[in-house]
Amino acid sequence: MSGYNFAYLDEQTKRMIRRAILKALAIPGYQVPFASREMPMPYGWGTGGVQVSAAVLTPEDRFKVIDQGADDTTNAVSIRRFFERTAGIATTTATRDATVIQTRHRIPEEPLREGQILVYQVPIPEPLRFLEPRESETRKMHSLAEYGLMHVKLYEDISRHGHIATTYAYPVKVEERYVMDPSPIPKFDNPKLSDCAAIQLFGAGREQRIYALPPYTTVASLDFDDHPFDPSRADHPCGLCGSVETYLDEVIMDDAGGRMFVCSDTDHCETRQNAGYRGKDAG
Amino acid sequence: MRTENLSGGFTDPSVQSAHAFRAVMEAMARPGTIHDIAGAEPPAPLSRAAGAVLLTLCDTETPVHLAGATDCDAVRTWLAFHTGAPLSGPSHCMLAVGEWGALAPLSSYPVGTSEYPDRSATLIVECAELAASGATLRGPGIRETARLSLPDTEAFRTNRAHFPLGLDFIFTSGSQLAALPRTTEVS
Amino acid sequence: MYVAVKGGERAIENAHAWLAEERRGDTDVAELDIQQIREQLSLAVNRVMAEGSLHDPDLAALAIKQARGDLIEAIFLIRAYRTTLPRFGTTKPVETAEMACDRRISATFKDVPGGQVLGPTFDYTHRLLDFKLAAEGEPVTAEQRDADPAPVPHVTEFLNRESLIEEAPRDDTPPPDLTREPLELPAARALRLQALSRADEGFTLSMAYSTQRGYARNHAFVGELRVGTVPVEMEIPELGFAVEIGEITLTECETVNQFKGSRTEPPQFTRGYGLVFGHSERKAISMALVDRALRWEELGEDNSGAPAQDAEFVLYHADNIQASGFLEHIKLPHYVDFQSELELVRKMRREANAQTREAAE
Repeated sequence: MSGYNFAYLDEQTKRMIRRAILKALAIPGYQVPFASREMPMPYGWGTGGVQVSAAVLTPEDRFKVIDQGADDTTNAVSIRRFFERTAGIATTTATRDATVIQTRHRIPEEPLREGQILVYQVPIPEPLRFLEPRESETRKMHSLAEYGLMHVKLYEDISRHGHIATTYAYPVKVEERYVMDPSPIPKFDNPKLSDCAAIQLFGAGREQRIYALPPYTTVASLDFDDHPFDPSRADHPCGLCGSVETYLDEVIMDDAGGRMFVCSDTDHCETRQNAGYRGKDAG
Repeated sequence: MRTENLSGGFTDPSVQSAHAFRAVMEAMARPGTIHDIAGAEPPAPLSRAAGAVLLTLCDTETPVHLAGATDCDAVRTWLAFHTGAPLSGPSHCMLAVGEWGALAPLSSYPVGTSEYPDRSATLIVECAELAASGATLRGPGIRETARLSLPDTEAFRTNRAHFPLGLDFIFTSGSQLAALPRTTEVS
Repeated sequence: MYVAVKGGERAIENAHAWLAEERRGDTDVAELDIQQIREQLSLAVNRVMAEGSLHDPDLAALAIKQARGDLIEAIFLIRAYRTTLPRFGTTKPVETAEMACDRRISATFKDVPGGQVLGPTFDYTHRLLDFKLAAEGEPVTAEQRDADPAPVPHVTEFLNRESLIEEAPRDDTPPPDLTREPLELPAARALRLQALSRADEGFTLSMAYSTQRGYARNHAFVGELRVGTVPVEMEIPELGFAVEIGEITLTECETVNQFKGSRTEPPQFTRGYGLVFGHSERKAISMALVDRALRWEELGEDNSGAPAQDAEFVLYHADNIQASGFLEHIKLPHYVDFQSELELVRKMRREANAQTREAAE
C-alpha cells in the first residue's frame, strides 16, 4: 500500500512502542502505559495487538494471525490482510512456520519455540478492573502487591458455587510479583503461559497498555491449596482428528440437539489429520 | 560542523530499525544472549552497536545522557542530527551511554516509581568485549542459567534487590550487544 | 461429515462491495458530492471536525459521504487519517478575544460592548417542518451590514476587572497532548479540556444536563457564547517570526458559576470553559458545564459523588471512538470463551442435580 510506512505505523510511533516493549520485558507482568494510536480498525478489534506486531515485524518474518484458534475467522483474515498490504510480509497458517503470531483468545496447541513471538490482543489488561473500576486504585494495588481482593473474589466463588467461576481471562501471578490478565484465553491455555520458549507480548490499544512475558518466565494461575487450579476441557475427543488433549469448539449440527466437538486450533487439527489421525466424525 | 557526523545513520530507517530492534528485544528478553546489530556508523568513540541502539530507540521524546568520552562534539552532533534527542544529566535521562566507569554512580539514574516502575533509565554500557563467560545469570528469559562477561556483579545485585524498580542494561561492543534487565540474578 | 467454515476472505470482500452499493443507493438519484455535504450539511461537518480533532471541512465531508452519514463512523475515519499525518510544529494559541464573530451572545448582561449578535441560529425558529425545502427553493439572501470594526472583548473580562470572577492567569506551560501520551490521572485541567473538546457530543450533553438536574449542581450562566473565525499563526524558526497559516471557525463558551467561597477564597464567580472546532454550540456549552463540575477539587468544593465530578469516569468514557469500538467488538466471535463458560455451567448443573437426587433419596 503506497503512501504508508513499512507496517503502517510511522517510525516515531514504533520507537515509542518499542521502548514500552523493552520496559515490559524488563518488568514481567507489569502494564506499561503507552500512547496508543488510532488505527484504521476499531478499538476492541485488536488495535493493541496490531500496534505491537507492527513494532516487532521485520520484512523477513512469517506472520500468522488467529482468532478463537482459527486462521480463517473474519477478523483474523482482516488483520492478516492488513499486514500483507502494509508490510508486504509473508503469512502462514502453520504455527511451526510462523515467527510472529498474533492471537485473540487462544494459545496454539503446538508448543512454541525460541525465536517465535506470540502477540496477544487484550481488551481489558487490568486483572483487578472488575473488582475495582478505578485505574488510580488498581495502580496503587499493583504497586503494593496488594492482591487480597482478587483472592477474596475467587474464594467467594468457591464458597458459593463449589468452583472458581472464572473460566477465561483467568488471573495469573508472574514471577511471584505482578498479578496479570492473560487476555481472554480459556483457562485451559493458562499452563502454556509459563516457562514458554517464545516471547509473549500483550497489547491493549484502547486501554493504552503493553505488557510482556520473557521466555521461561514462571507464571502461576491463582488458586488455593484446597482448590488447586484446574485447566478443564470438554470431556470429548476431537471429532475430526481424535485428539483428547486439545481445547474444543462445540459445533451445533442440527436443531435436534446434534452437536460435535472439534479442535479450536485449526492448524493443529489439520496437521494431525494430515498425519493420519482420524476422529469419529471425519470423512 | 563536519559533514561526516551527518552520515552514518540508517539508510533505510523502517527496515534497519526493525532489525535492530529485534536484536535489542531478543537480548532484553533472553539475558546473556549475544546478538549482532548493524546499520549504524556512528562517530568514535561510539560502537556501531551503541549507535544502532540509539538510532532505534531515541527521538525528541527521550532525554539522553552522554557519559565520559561519548560526551564529545562528534557524538553530540551525530545524535542531534539523526534522532533529535535532547541531552540531559543522568537524573533526567531515559537512556545513557558510556563506558561502565563513566556511567557511575548508578544511584544518579531514575529507577522508576512504585506505581510506574517503567519510568527508569536504560544504560547502554560500552564494553571492550562481550563473551558468554563470567558471571552466572538466572531469572526470567533464562532457561536455567546463562553466562555473560559483566563489568561488575555487586552493582547488578543491588539493582536486582530493588525490583520492580531498577535500571536495565544493554551491553555493546563493536557490532554486538547483550542485555541485562533488572530481573536477572547475577552471581 | 463436518467441514469447518472457510472463505472468510471472500465473505469480507463481498460484504465491502455490498456496502459500497448500498452507500450509493438508488442510481436514478443524483450522487452527492463533497461540496454539497460541506456546504449544506455543515453542522454535521463541524461535528466530525470537532470530534475527529482535525479542522478540514473537505475531509470531514468526504468522511460523512464514505460513512453513509454515520457521524461516529465518519469521526473514526478522520481520526485514523489524522494519526498518519506528520507533525510540522505547533501553532501559537489562538486569540479568541480577536475572533471575527458571526454570533456572540451573553446571557448575563442585557447589552455588552461589541453588542449581542444572534447570527445564524436555530434559536427562536419554530420547529415546523418546512415543506418548501422539499422542493428546490430560490437561494435566500440575508440582509447585510458592514462589520463593526470595534473589538469584541470577552464578557468575563468585565467581571474580572472588579475581581468578581476568579482570575484565569496566563499560563505558558506547553499543554500535554492526549493523542501522543497515555492518559494519566489525576488529569490537569488542560488535559481534561482537551479530552472534552473531542468528546462525544451526546455524552458531554448528558453529563452537562445531569449537573443541571442536581448531580453536582452548580448553576451556570452563559457569560458568553461566541462563534466565528480566528487566524492561526505559527512561529517559523527560520524566519524568526510568526506567520498566519490559515483561519478556522471556533465556538467558545464561557460560563459564569456561583461560588460561595472557601477557606482560602472569598465569594466570587468561577468559570467553566468550552472551545470546539466549527459551529458547535451545544457541544461548547456542554463542555463548559462539565469542565466546571470537574473543577470541584481545585476550588475546594465538596465531592457529591456525582458522575460529572468524577474525572476518571468522564475522561475514560467520553471518547466515542473508544466506546463504539469496544461496544461493537462483542460482535466478534467469542465462542472459545463461551465454550469454557458452557462447560462450567454444565458441570455445576450436574453437581446441583446430583445433590438434589441425593437429598431426595
